Amino acid sequence: MSTSTNAIEALVNREYKWGFVTEIEQDVAPPGLNEDTIRLISSKKNEPEWLLEWRLKAYRHWLTIKEPTWHNVHYPPIDYQGISYYAAPKKKELQSLDEVDPELLRTYEKLGIPLEEQKMLTGVAVDAVFDSVSVATTFKEKLAELGIIFCSFSEAAQEHQELVRKYLGSVVPYTDNFFATLNSAVFTDGSFCYIPKGVRCPMELSTYFRINAASTGQFERTLIVAEPGSHVSYLEGCTAPMRDENQLHAAVVELIAHDDARIKYSTIQNWYPGDKDGKGGIYNFVTKRGKCLGRNSHISWTQVETGSAITWKYPSCMLIGDNSVGEFYSVALTNNYQQADTGTKMIHVGKNTRSTIVSKGISAGHGQNTYRGGVKILKNATGARNYTQCDSLLIGDKCGAHTFPYIEVKNSTARMEHEASTSKIGDDQIFYCNQRGITKEDAVNLIVNGFCKEVFRELPMEFAVEAQKLLSVSLEGSVG
Amino acid sequence: MGPNGSGKSTLAQVLAGRETYEVTRGEVLYEGKNLLEMAPEERACEGVFMAFQYPVEIPGVSSAQFLKAALNAIRRARGLEELDAMEFLALVKQKFKVLGVDEKLLHRSVNEGFSGGEKKRNEIFQMALLEPRLCILDETDSGLDIDALKIVASGVNGLRSPGRAILVITHYQRLLNYIIPDYVHVLVDGRIVRSGGKELALELEEKGYALIEGGAGAAAPGRR
Repeated sequence: MSTSTNAIEALVNREYKWGFVTEIEQDVAPPGLNEDTIRLISSKKNEPEWLLEWRLKAYRHWLTIKEPTWHNVHYPPIDYQGISYYAAPKKKELQSLDEVDPELLRTYEKLGIPLEEQKMLTGVAVDAVFDSVSVATTFKEKLAELGIIFCSFSEAAQEHQELVRKYLGSVVPYTDNFFATLNSAVFTDGSFCYIPKGVRCPMELSTYFRINAASTGQFERTLIVAEPGSHVSYLEGCTAPMRDENQLHAAVVELIAHDDARIKYSTIQNWYPGDKDGKGGIYNFVTKRGKCLGRNSHISWTQVETGSAITWKYPSCMLIGDNSVGEFYSVALTNNYQQADTGTKMIHVGKNTRSTIVSKGISAGHGQNTYRGGVKILKNATGARNYTQCDSLLIGDKCGAHTFPYIEVKNSTARMEHEASTSKIGDDQIFYCNQRGITKEDAVNLIVNGFCKEVFRELPMEFAVEAQKLLSVSLEGSVG
Repeated sequence: MGPNGSGKSTLAQVLAGRETYEVTRGEVLYEGKNLLEMAPEERACEGVFMAFQYPVEIPGVSSAQFLKAALNAIRRARGLEELDAMEFLALVKQKFKVLGVDEKLLHRSVNEGFSGGEKKRNEIFQMALLEPRLCILDETDSGLDIDALKIVASGVNGLRSPGRAILVITHYQRLLNYIIPDYVHVLVDGRIVRSGGKELALELEEKGYALIEGGAGAAAPGRR
């Protein structure tokens, strides 16, 4: 084997840097899923009756449907009765950060998100989700002055019932797909965000999710509503501790943009990918969708997916309002035995709607990376345009890249562009870098970052830096 | 100098540390150290630079990023402070001026879409920037028109100094009109069969390699 392949492998094989388990007493529901489990979750959350009913409807529907098999990912059957659907840190009434369990705060520090420091230095409001219950919410007052609501989903379900009731399931109905339906039945927490008319959110909103309790699937639910003329940028970043059992994760994110509103949703996903032999790792089945409901509305998804054993995720846009714009920028990296089947759907309903898709897939080790895209131009979408660019980069000779672009055009005025490329990091490129003093690892990072730069420049500044670091960590051991 | 297949490029690649070549025995001493025990990037940091016969394209990586990574790696190895973006730009611009390179180069991907002449000129530019102590130019003149050849030669001449060795590999005497060599060595079948001053190159031009090769066997008794 050539040296550069060895170096790539060495890079890929570094241990998961953020693998640790926080020892905090957890309030865990016994494993199993039935109507009682759902009633338990709902009562733990003090939810209104209508929400419990909605969950139960979803559960009953879920019982009638089958897990999908069309995807290009393979995993052993998931035992849905072997999962515990609720885990919360032992309840305490918190007046300030001082009362937060110091162990928990240390966890955040290890993750590089000391709350106090973030408060002071970055101006980023953090709604931190520790397993299923939000433990700390900052900057709320400042946002409240502008009429912005940014809180945990549980809180919203109690305090902002009318909004939640109006929009929950309006983008991703509880019947949508197997995993979204499961989420609708058992979701435990997540974030809710509401930006009133004409308000530009003055800071990036962010949530850090973390899966912690052993064998507890996490089912977040996020709902963002942007009223006419409002703007919001939302960041979501995740890491998870190392463990052996596979953990199921099935989140749902719904975005609604009214006239002239703009939502930017950025994700860095770095859950435990499993070890170098493919043992363990998170199963990540996520349904993310945005509705550009209003004229000139704009929804932009940016994702950097480096973690999870399985990533199954298609952040999509329904472009309903005339002149609305949907964007999807993605970097997905699979290393070792990771599998990713990810992409987007752009559904053009309104006139002069535009969409842009830029997908960068990186495969190393035995990783399998699939881009799956659906662009639909419906009958009345006169003047619709789509541009799709789909690039794959292979590192080593045991990985794979796959592309499934679906294009369906029902209006003859549509303009579609599709570009695709596949390339491989060559030994000659690595040697060229080496000869200029650059190590193999740095050479791979340089090339990978260059490959991804069109996506990184869509990320908020601090996220872009983090994303670059993450890619290099995720590729550790991949160069051999 | 030497005929096709005599091992000139192999020598260059082995010195630079290309891993597709296996060195079965011997050592290469460079400033008292055995080069063969070092990884290619360590050799580069020790001051070994090879201008590639076929410079490699690295799509997506801007020349600016690439050069900065290289320069700082070498500076680190030499115990110098790394340059930040501003200092780096200032240095690059100064070198650009000397070599007459267009600043737009910085924003282009490494060697991507470069003409043959641009690629070779870029190699010389990198050499000027990284300030190596042993420069190996592997057929840098091949494929160049006369104007590009002059530019490359003047770049090389500008780098000549007592503290820097330059090994120029070429087929043609033409380059040596512009880069006047101190010594000419003729490599045949992996061995130096003749050494001399610049007039040796002229002799080769006139008589061709065949003549020298004919006498080589006798001149080198150790040969297989």
